[in-house]
Amino acid sequence: MTLLEFFIEVAGTYVSTLAFGVLINIPRRALNFGGWIGVLGFLLYRFTVLSGGGYVVGNLLGAFAIGVASLQAARIKKMPMILFNIPALVPLVPGGQAYQMIKNFALGQNATAFVFMMQVVMISGSIAFGFLLSELVNRVQQRAWRHRR
Amino acid sequence: MSGQKKRDQLILHTALTAGRIMIENGSEIERVEDTMTRIAHNAGAETSQLFVMITGILMAINGEVGAQIQPVKRRTFDLEKIAVVNQLSREFAAHDITLRQFADKLDHLDSETKYFPMWAQLLAAAMVSGPLEVVFRHNLHDFWISCFVGMIGWLVFYLLNKFIQIRFLSEFAGAATIGILAVFAVHLGLGISVDDIIIGGVMPLVPGVPITNSVRDVLAGNLVSGPARAVEALVSAAAIGFGIAMVLQFL
Repeated sequence: MTLLEFFIEVAGTYVSTLAFGVLINIPRRALNFGGWIGVLGFLLYRFTVLSGGGYVVGNLLGAFAIGVASLQAARIKKMPMILFNIPALVPLVPGGQAYQMIKNFALGQNATAFVFMMQVVMISGSIAFGFLLSELVNRVQQRAWRHRR
Repeated sequence: MSGQKKRDQLILHTALTAGRIMIENGSEIERVEDTMTRIAHNAGAETSQLFVMITGILMAINGEVGAQIQPVKRRTFDLEKIAVVNQLSREFAAHDITLRQFADKLDHLDSETKYFPMWAQLLAAAMVSGPLEVVFRHNLHDFWISCFVGMIGWLVFYLLNKFIQIRFLSEFAGAATIGILAVFAVHLGLGISVDDIIIGGVMPLVPGVPITNSVRDVLAGNLVSGPARAVEALVSAAAIGFGIAMVLQFL
């Protein structure tokens, strides 16, 4: 992967996260933060995959980072957390695999379709689990905050 | 005594309206419960009992009036309203606005829809489709046509959703449009890969809000609302999948 390709990927992730935020009508103040959180999650995912960590671990780390970063953003901006993590999640969605699954089912190649279905299930599961782990961190942090006051 | 009754009525009305607006526009259940409890507490109710589900809210406070129900009929994704309710609740907690003002502002918020203008949404749909196609598939050649196909797909989805108000059918129609346009674009030599254009094009339709919320709801222990959201996300995904599959089957 050349540097230019890498730059295009980061720019594409940022723009698409921002644009998805517009589609679900996120307040303008929150858009920029959401975009950068999306880039952060995607970068973690990408580097994990590039260094041979596999897509399941990659998605898990990406979703985890998005979850934790969203809470920090929510705290800084004093806005609900879902404004940041919903658009940031979009670049991690297994769109390609889901499409290949549908296509192969439609064309009657069930064996291939099941392979892709497994991937979709694994990726969705790892994203969900990443969120779960980030929630753990968030709750610990909230508890710590409450104690400090 | 009647003044107290009116006050309790207003507390219930405000909290229920706030809760309904939040659920209608795609908030997770825990946040709704939290906000409603805070409103009741800040308005002076000693205790409040809540039962929040994705299709309706039940709330009681210890006062002169009984428990009240607020059904949640429609469901859209407008996260700005959630942010506004959140902001108003903070202002109310800080005593910047009175309960009466809070209720009025909520009623006002409920009746207005302040989406981004149509052109901005179309541009946004294009900017979701094209860049994600490049990010996922590394196919720079099909960037522009993905933008275009995604934009038209979103337009079909948006217009249909406005008139028939059944989200799943609109998604199906939008996905089918994307499939047909992608096949034609490749046929006319405007693009290289049908697969890549479709993958980019359907991205604006991804049910991101229900997916995220279902995970958070299940985690928070809302075992009715969480799976209900998951079903919503699954049906959306299936509708998009059927739309694409139908096109691929016939062409």
